[in-house]
Amino acid sequence: MTTALTSFLEASVRTATPLALAALGELVVERAGVINIGLEGIVLGGAFGALLGAGSNNLALGFAAGCAAGVAVAALFGVFAVAMHADQIITGTAVNLLVLGLTGALYRGLYGATGAALTIPTTGAVSLPVLSRIPVLGPTFFDQPPPTYIVYLVAPALWWWLYRTHAGLAIRAIGERLEAVRVLGVNVPRWRCVTILIGGALGGVAGATLVLSQSGTFAEGMSAGRGFIAIAIVVLGRWRPMGVLIASLLFGAASALQYLFQAMGWSVPYQLFLALPYVLTLLALAGFAGRRVEAPAALGRAG
Amino acid sequence: MSDPALAAKRTTSPWRRRLASSLTPGIIAAVVAVVSLALLWVALRLAGFDATLALGALWRGSFGNWYAFTSSTLVRATPLVLTGLAVAIAFRAGVWNIGADGQLLVGAALATAVGLAWGGALGWAALPIALIAGAVGGACWAGIAAVLRTRFGVLEVISTIMLNFVALDLVGYLVRGPLQEPSHAYPQSNAIPKQMHLPFLIPGTRLHWGFALGVAAAVILWWGMRSTAAGFRVRAIGANADAARIAGRIDVARTTTNVLLLSGALAGLAGAIEVSGVTYALYENISPGYGYTAIAVALLAGLDPLGVLATGIVFGALEAGALSMQREASVPSVVVTAVEAALVLLLLALSRRGKAASVIGRFSGARSASADEAS
Repeated sequence: MTTALTSFLEASVRTATPLALAALGELVVERAGVINIGLEGIVLGGAFGALLGAGSNNLALGFAAGCAAGVAVAALFGVFAVAMHADQIITGTAVNLLVLGLTGALYRGLYGATGAALTIPTTGAVSLPVLSRIPVLGPTFFDQPPPTYIVYLVAPALWWWLYRTHAGLAIRAIGERLEAVRVLGVNVPRWRCVTILIGGALGGVAGATLVLSQSGTFAEGMSAGRGFIAIAIVVLGRWRPMGVLIASLLFGAASALQYLFQAMGWSVPYQLFLALPYVLTLLALAGFAGRRVEAPAALGRAG
Repeated sequence: MSDPALAAKRTTSPWRRRLASSLTPGIIAAVVAVVSLALLWVALRLAGFDATLALGALWRGSFGNWYAFTSSTLVRATPLVLTGLAVAIAFRAGVWNIGADGQLLVGAALATAVGLAWGGALGWAALPIALIAGAVGGACWAGIAAVLRTRFGVLEVISTIMLNFVALDLVGYLVRGPLQEPSHAYPQSNAIPKQMHLPFLIPGTRLHWGFALGVAAAVILWWGMRSTAAGFRVRAIGANADAARIAGRIDVARTTTNVLLLSGALAGLAGAIEVSGVTYALYENISPGYGYTAIAVALLAGLDPLGVLATGIVFGALEAGALSMQREASVPSVVVTAVEAALVLLLLALSRRGKAASVIGRFSGARSASADEAS
């Protein structure tokens, strides 16, 4: 029972890691009043970039390439949504379709129709000294692949940046009082572009995590809705870094439940648990789960 | 209102205006087709494929012969037209229904459930009841987003995306649980009873009556949007929700709810038609993202119902042709998804520069309305 529980918790954190990375990026974007639905495409682009970058068994290069690919996709979104003032929802949807088509076509073009034989080595778990020996919590949180530790570093850094610096204040103000900020002379397009690129970098690393730390291969459309899940996580996490971490764990645990059920031999339909976090997110938005969640007031508005 | 194009339009005689407006969808479709072929040609050349062979295969698989046109292109176009209409009327009202895919899935699931439970006993009524069940299922699913939006102020952009995933999990559960075929080997439902099958529209092809329903829906919506009070209310809240409420005394919440219900019903009907006209059973992956492609279909049609019919057929041809392109020239079929996306981005870039005609004007109207309402 203890081993089943430990492996369930470990799987929860492992599944939550790419979700948390993508959601932390989207959190910053949404605080600046931009909703980037193209996050799904960013994660997929990051995964494909990681595949290309890790071609010569260089995992670090793979992560860098995944990050760069995410930034590139985000830049495309930024050109349309910020520079051209195009609608954010439409741009994001188009970006998703574009990346889905491009990565699928390139993948089959480069690796043949099946690509099934294609496997790349993955980063193993790296156990942190001392911390990983804590019972239950140690293996859960401190015996994970490196991207999990990136989350531990990025989350507090983003919190500090958003709440303790002038830049963070400007970004939060753009998300809440667009006109007032513009009157004050804040360069709205510039800050929005900065946040979109940060979101792209983190989303790209999230995609790279899927390839280089989890599956060890690429598949068409392998982001499988994780970008959209990350957008739900931002909502459920009430647009705060700490909330986003907790919400990621919840979504991670919900999808890890299926492994636990399989291990325990229970035949409970796991789809119901997969759907649970979305339902929770909707309830939270509607104000049924605790305090009513308030979205940034300028969310979705052209700058 | 001092738009010269608009002024010119007013001075032309009614019959010329009517002729022009009835030609518009055809022109849009032609432009979309030509531009997408050009984009595809460039993409294929860049990727090092034999572009001539590939585009030839695309033609043969879509318009090349009667069977390909009816059994591939129009069959594929049917769900795209219906979901495209669902998206178009929602966007016209400034309601961001991104959830057509989930509404389609719930419609397909409810139609299958009704058909499997009572289909045998209902006789000839099985088919209409299954189609109605599909529409009701889709409407209920969209209704959740409507209640969340009007009662609790939840942005439908977010809620409809969430509901897409809930619908996917729901169908995944149904085809492995209550609706699974009796041998429990495959994640799919039992085959629906014969009475529930949509008859073929043209003998000797696989084109079913669902396409005719799609055409009828497009024509009815086109008429309804321009000639009825309800259509006016939809356009009014889409153009400016505050003005519609204050100056027009339009109940914005009620109109929004009705639009979402109708939008969901159309998408749900698309799901029921897929089950009763194409797959004859419920599968988990019954929709390859129709509801998302529908957004591109609706936007390129300038949110005009007849335009949706035209672009829906063009997109159906692209996707049907892509399959034969993959068979004959081993060009990955997903490349057309990238072309569809590039078309939307192109439209965004053009509408930004204000170059294109009234189509774009309507579309940017929908856009600014949603921006106002988010504030």
